Amino acid sequence: MGTAQSEADVVVSVEGLRTYFYNDNRCNKAVDDVSFEIRSGKTLCVVGESGCGKSVTASSIMQLLPRLARIEEGSITFNAQSGALRIDKLDRNGRAMRNIRGGEIAMIFQDPMKSLNPVYTVGFQIAENLKYHTRLASRAIRELTIEMLGKMGIPLPEKRVDQYPHEFSGGMRQRAMIAMAMACNPRLLIADEPTTALDVTIQAQIFETMLKLKAEHGTAIMLITHDMGVVAELADEVAVMYMGKIVEGGTVEEVLRTPRHPYTKALLASIPVLGRGRNQQIEPIRGSTPDPYDRPVGCQFAPRCDYAGEKCAVMPDEEYVSFTHRVRCWKHQEVAPDE
Amino acid sequence: MNDQLPENILELRGLKTHYPIRGGVFRRTVDSIKAVDGVDLSVRRGEVLGLVGESGCGKSTLGKSILRLALSTAGEIVFSSENGEVDLRQLTRAELFPYRRRLQIIFQDPHSSLNPAFTIFTAFDDVLKRYGYGDKEARRAVLGDLFEAVNMPRHYIDRYPHEFSGGQRQRIGIARALAVDPELIVCDEPVSALDASIQAQVLKLLQNLRQERNLTYIFITHDLSVTEYFCDRIAVMYLGKIVEIAKSEEIFGTTLHPYTQALISAIPVADLDRKSKRIVLEGDVPSPVSPPSGCAFHPRCRFATDICRQQTPKLQPSKDYPKDHLVACHRVEELGVLGHA
Amino acid sequence: MNQHAPVRKSRLDRSFDRIRALEEAGALSSRVHNRSLRKFLSNPLASAGVIMFLIILLTAIFAPLIVPYDPLKIDLRALLQPPSAEHWLGTDKVGRDVFARILYGGRISIFIGLGSAVAAGVLGVAIGCISAYKRGWLDAVVLRVSEVFIAFPQIILVLLLVSILGQSLINLLLIFIATGWAPMYRMVRARVLSLREEEYVQALEAFGISTPVIAYKHILPNALGPVTVQITLSTAAFILAEAGLSFLGLGVPLQIPTWGNILNAANDMRILEQNWWIWLPVGLVISAFVLAVNFIGDGLRDSSDPTQQG
Repeated sequence: MGTAQSEADVVVSVEGLRTYFYNDNRCNKAVDDVSFEIRSGKTLCVVGESGCGKSVTASSIMQLLPRLARIEEGSITFNAQSGALRIDKLDRNGRAMRNIRGGEIAMIFQDPMKSLNPVYTVGFQIAENLKYHTRLASRAIRELTIEMLGKMGIPLPEKRVDQYPHEFSGGMRQRAMIAMAMACNPRLLIADEPTTALDVTIQAQIFETMLKLKAEHGTAIMLITHDMGVVAELADEVAVMYMGKIVEGGTVEEVLRTPRHPYTKALLASIPVLGRGRNQQIEPIRGSTPDPYDRPVGCQFAPRCDYAGEKCAVMPDEEYVSFTHRVRCWKHQEVAPDE
Repeated sequence: MNDQLPENILELRGLKTHYPIRGGVFRRTVDSIKAVDGVDLSVRRGEVLGLVGESGCGKSTLGKSILRLALSTAGEIVFSSENGEVDLRQLTRAELFPYRRRLQIIFQDPHSSLNPAFTIFTAFDDVLKRYGYGDKEARRAVLGDLFEAVNMPRHYIDRYPHEFSGGQRQRIGIARALAVDPELIVCDEPVSALDASIQAQVLKLLQNLRQERNLTYIFITHDLSVTEYFCDRIAVMYLGKIVEIAKSEEIFGTTLHPYTQALISAIPVADLDRKSKRIVLEGDVPSPVSPPSGCAFHPRCRFATDICRQQTPKLQPSKDYPKDHLVACHRVEELGVLGHA
Repeated sequence: MNQHAPVRKSRLDRSFDRIRALEEAGALSSRVHNRSLRKFLSNPLASAGVIMFLIILLTAIFAPLIVPYDPLKIDLRALLQPPSAEHWLGTDKVGRDVFARILYGGRISIFIGLGSAVAAGVLGVAIGCISAYKRGWLDAVVLRVSEVFIAFPQIILVLLLVSILGQSLINLLLIFIATGWAPMYRMVRARVLSLREEEYVQALEAFGISTPVIAYKHILPNALGPVTVQITLSTAAFILAEAGLSFLGLGVPLQIPTWGNILNAANDMRILEQNWWIWLPVGLVISAFVLAVNFIGDGLRDSSDPTQQG
């Protein structure tokens, strides 16, 4: 990515990552040559449709892949407090990885109903994480737990800390999850569709919380979403994924205002946008996402693409159109001509 | 469209659907979930009426109550046709049957809306038989035609559901509802489970079918961006009640209810020039088992006063605004239009 | 901080490499159907179970072609003979050929096990499907009844029926069905309770399709998976129960050869100590058969579970 910004800010840098799945005696190239960097205090939104590999990318960074998946190639370099660390070289369940997970890199998941253990109190579960990752005394841990819950906008945190997950509503559970994730003051927060299971008014609350965190702690955020609206509201940088590859990446302004990849452009044209009224035109993308076991040759989007030509039978390389804006398309000049 | 027919195809009057909560050894009813709690709503022939709200507001239950898939507990569901008005709630199973072909439903989850054990035709054959579509060849032809109507190849009728993608399954769900040539279709979140690029395909299809077949839709969704684009009128629900109903432009242009305003402002907009100020509502939607007194929205409302806590506001027109813009708020006249900027 | 894991390839890694090479060579194609069957056959225990099951079943069916002896024929000239070329597994205390009795006994024992498991399954499924779909008072009543059947000790039921009706094969079948239907019913009920909320069921309701058609034709096929597993596992349990009850003299009348009745001879201390060929082979056959059926059941369960590796 761009060299203009200082390298010191980079929290995690992913280079040529390939993660394949081996279910059913087939090999699915879920993530196939993906590179990006996340800087502290910035939000990278990874956006794409189901099955595009966005969640697998996140799980690769956390080394939380299922047993039948493997990182094949590429590097994931995490700039930990103690120096740069190659996450892809660490043992999945080794001590080093466990120290990072939940400590310097934290993750929140889509379904807050499933990510808390129903038999322990919420406070206990947050304290558990603190106990593992810090050397605080138990009284200090409890105080910190209450403080975190309060910061997340949970009313009466002194009382709530001793309640069980079922006594929390969906939105409060997700906030408790963020509290747990943020308790150790991570350098990177990975949020995998954190609000998809929640209502819009609750989603708004969660977003406020996340923005506050970013501003106060300089946390780097990797936000995985399928919603272009969320991208527009929260992202500093965007990576658009399709069938395991980043087809377009750049700052939110670049990608949303001058999309260079036909997929990004078509995606933006296919969603109704609030405020554009009854007569806005939306244009569906024809066809459907290919079967990952029966992929098209060359550019994966070609069969659905209006710009597709002969060249597209070969997968294009990533090309930089500005310091930060990159695209993987032969025809990007036609999609958005240079000014 | 037939001019003789009454303007409203469907009228709900004081509809309530309460689910009993049973407890104790004898499974007695101890309380009830007030999923739909007194809804008055008229649906005009040929329109798309959007029904929006957050989860648990009762919008899906309302849709299912209309088709008697959920048992309503009070009120009237009046359906008008060339045979005059009839209250669907009062009909026996047998009497209801002729109306089954006039009202249909499209479901949300493309994965649970088709039976995985059978091919599409086998699973659907019982319905075609029940409605007297002739011999097997004729029935296959009917389903084939329906598949073509939703842009699917005819021969796909012999495939199993797992061979289809989410968008295709949803189109099959639409084809199924069309089989009996209905007049009114309840669309229960038909695009919510689909990927963005597929949503538009399904929305366009629904639009075309409506024009070709003079359909009326009740379009249930939590996605306000879709309703703005797709619906003629929009009803906003909160805790089992309608709080505001108006033409689509009105709802978004001259929002009157504070809840509608918060809901609209909470939507992330995929447009960098329209970043709006979010109004973040405190707290969560209260339990529909014991909704708050007075206006159910008052505990989260910025404008709530004593009257809001004590009296339930009526859904009624407000004097400065069009007659068909109904709102249930005590303070509508003082507050005026609530902006989104 | 360089705690890099040493580069060593596990078995899983090697199989990944193989699949990847094949995939990149374009040698793999999607064959979605028969995934369960393939998974079942690739499970070594399940395959062994099927082979063992078939061997025992076929030898029992074709018993007359394998042994020349009549399992009932008493031969007073050959009492308690140890295994020999003439009598492969010796003779019992009235001179009947033990090998013949094991083969012929298998017919009855397997019939009882499989027959009562299938009958209990059919009964449980028939009741469970409709009561779970319709809910209401019918469901509540049947549920309570099934709890009574599950809570009632089987052995007392057996004593009761045997003392009233006398020992017979049919009585044993009835007892097994009476005690076996309830678990099947509960399994189907639980499954149907969740399936009835599926949207395809509501779609059928919206078309006014009749209740039995929805319940038995559209819902039931999706609920059968766990029931087949339960039926195989019950088969094993019933065979064991038959052996146990017959050993106690409460099962099938003694003159009919069953695996349990053969074992029954071993409740004589002298035979237990001196004539091992009477009880040991039949014991092994029972164990082998029950094990085989259990392997099949577990294989079926794993192959029908999509979350398991395969």
